[in-house]
Amino acid sequence: MNTFKEILSKKVPAEKFIEVIGGKYDASKAGITPESIVELKSTISMEKAEKPVILVGMGTCGLANGAQDVYDMFVQELKKYEIDAVLSKVGCVGYCAEEIIVDVKVPGFPRISYKRVTPENVDTIIERTIINKEPVIQKALGKYADADPSIWPEIPLLKDIPFFKLQKKVVLENCGVIDPENIDQYLARGGYQALSAVLSDKSPLDVIEDTKKAGLRGRGGGGFLSGKKWEFAYNVASDQKYLICNADEGDPGAFMDRAVLEGDPHRVVEGMAIAAYAIGASKGYIYCRAEYPLAISRLEKTIADAMEYGLLGKNILNSGFTFELKIKKGAGAFVCGEETALINSIEGRRGTPRPRPPFPAVSGLFGKPTIINNVETLANVPVIFSKGVDWYSSIGTDASKGTKIFALSGKVVNTGLVEVPMGTTIREVIFGCGGGVADGKNFKAVQIGGPSGGALPEQFLDTEIDYENLKEIGAMMGSGGLVVMDESTCMVDLAKYFMQFITSESCGKCIPCREGTKRLLEILERITKSYREEETEIDSLMRFQGMLYLERLADVIKDTSLCGLGQTAANPVISTLRYFRDEYEAHLYDRTCPSKACRQMLTYTVDKEKCIGCTLCATRCPVSCISGERKGVHFIDQDACTHCGQCELNCRFDAIIAE
Amino acid sequence: MYINYNPSRNGELVPQKGNKMQSEEIYKKYPKNEAPNMIPMLQDIQGIHGYLPEDDIIRVARHLGVPTSRVYGVATFYNQFRLTPLGKHVIRVCRGTACHVKGSLDILQILETELGISAGETTKDMQFTIETVACIGACSIAPVIVIDDKYYGGLTSKSVYKLIKEYTKKD
Repeated sequence: MNTFKEILSKKVPAEKFIEVIGGKYDASKAGITPESIVELKSTISMEKAEKPVILVGMGTCGLANGAQDVYDMFVQELKKYEIDAVLSKVGCVGYCAEEIIVDVKVPGFPRISYKRVTPENVDTIIERTIINKEPVIQKALGKYADADPSIWPEIPLLKDIPFFKLQKKVVLENCGVIDPENIDQYLARGGYQALSAVLSDKSPLDVIEDTKKAGLRGRGGGGFLSGKKWEFAYNVASDQKYLICNADEGDPGAFMDRAVLEGDPHRVVEGMAIAAYAIGASKGYIYCRAEYPLAISRLEKTIADAMEYGLLGKNILNSGFTFELKIKKGAGAFVCGEETALINSIEGRRGTPRPRPPFPAVSGLFGKPTIINNVETLANVPVIFSKGVDWYSSIGTDASKGTKIFALSGKVVNTGLVEVPMGTTIREVIFGCGGGVADGKNFKAVQIGGPSGGALPEQFLDTEIDYENLKEIGAMMGSGGLVVMDESTCMVDLAKYFMQFITSESCGKCIPCREGTKRLLEILERITKSYREEETEIDSLMRFQGMLYLERLADVIKDTSLCGLGQTAANPVISTLRYFRDEYEAHLYDRTCPSKACRQMLTYTVDKEKCIGCTLCATRCPVSCISGERKGVHFIDQDACTHCGQCELNCRFDAIIAE
Repeated sequence: MYINYNPSRNGELVPQKGNKMQSEEIYKKYPKNEAPNMIPMLQDIQGIHGYLPEDDIIRVARHLGVPTSRVYGVATFYNQFRLTPLGKHVIRVCRGTACHVKGSLDILQILETELGISAGETTKDMQFTIETVACIGACSIAPVIVIDDKYYGGLTSKSVYKLIKEYTKKD
């Protein structure tokens, strides 16, 4: 036997298929011994590989760094050395800063991870690790604990290195470890056991009760109890119900859903099947962003494989439960992450939200009861039923259970995905896993929860992360993007950036959001403008007037908008105003930008001592306002200068002074 | 009751440049009068032509039995759809938070000045189109741009100049 499919083809009852793999059902009668299953599982899960296995991290981040070239190089080199090895593509392990990550497993030795692999390193890795069976120390990230730890003692265990030390991998346990396009590897690691157990032992109401007891809350933003949400739909009688997986991860700065879909798509599908069983839905949709082409193609393969194994479709595992799954591609609208807008989009309309009630759980897609859960929420579901409610609820804080994945990005050393138990402090995530602020600069703020969240200064770093704590200090969990900012980021500019984002993404249905955010943006633009551009005195008065109205306007938008996007649209302004008021004041009264990020307020001059006359700034200046001869000191015409900052960016001798 | 306005009047639609056969297949693939298929249909059409030709918008409306205004409404609502042809190379600049913090605005500015167009436009020689994207989801390697489905991460102003040069040289 080489695949689990062969078990299916033997005379094992369909409903017992998964139990046989899990070792819970003795299929000796059909000629399948428990030993052969254990053997097969360890071969497929690579614990006991017969030949060398090479796994190249090929999520979007890996591919962006050139993982395809590394993969091609392995193909070529393996042929050259005539080595019989398994080469497979895996998802992202989360340590994006060290991409491209390549894992090598030689039979009898631990699985070892190599970081920053380039096509040039491939030859060395094959020669040293696969042929000579020794690690390439300078490229090693760590080793897995799947063999005798005394082998290769100089290599640390992967789970002991700082980035992974504080993490608890529950949802991400398979990401970067298994081949996402191979259903057998998911099955070998305990996949679909939860679905099988639920279908054979539990009623839909049990599933709902267990999910409530486990304390699973929506990971997409609001943090509503998922079990309770399912109960609403369960209680509505209808001939057709729908389950939708919200994979429209539009939140700039969040990419955990992409990583899960690319790295472990079967987990999401299994979670969806369990949720659909609980609410009584026979049809489901995955609404995925079109910007994630890799995730979409992997999902297509996943659904086809699951159908083939009888884990999706009609009469799943002979239980009478039917669940059909379809993928809907989004078309690039941030607002479609909102439940009712998403429903409109699936129905083929403009993605504008509807007033609630009726809630989607009562009347949603095509007027039928519909439950919409986020990718990470659904990926949490299988583990509740495979490891148990008590195990799940033992992780986290009193009100927030389980783990949360955070996407660390911005000015932090270790960018990537970290999964930590709820209740971990923000400091531990940024300075523990993240390794602190990059380039030796000072920490200034962290933006949590994307455009709906808030920027938090240093004093809140020791806050324990959970839904309530974050809300209290003016941020929100959102989808879990953590964008770290250092002293060179201007908070007024950040607020302006978010307002630009919201104004271009607002659907335009309700006035507070459509007009209000536009006015907020105008006020911020006026504050960050240079006095040079003000023609009349009214302009300068408008700046102060705008500042006076800023807070009131933000409150009105919050109170009167139709959907979640509008209600939280002003949060970046409110939170930066609350914690970084001094920066607003510096812009308003002193007309300076302390972080030197608002270019309109800066004056660019040439440092006569440093300028060597290379003419680069003059050629790159878009308005040709820099003059000077070759090898002579250059001069910037202040009247013509548009303050774009290109000269400063391009100067290789630091000869442009910006003040 | 909807009243459909058909500007080609004689009922015949002008065939599009691009591949006519492929276009026909799309209309065969999706059943008539099923409006929920509008977005996938438009996505497929854009997949062939690179944009949504006017005639196709009208034809989709007739095919799905909805007013043309509704199709036009959908086509202009979503960022993915465009009503003008694309250049040979499409440069998509990520403007997510992480990219913004790491200077994606500078990169956009460089691209705009170097190519002489602003975001959303196409160069006159139809070689380049610049688009901005809310977030590509590759925040860990910010700032990111995507040229013809190939990702370039961790960019600096210097590497952007080099990149444009590479692409302009190719042609």
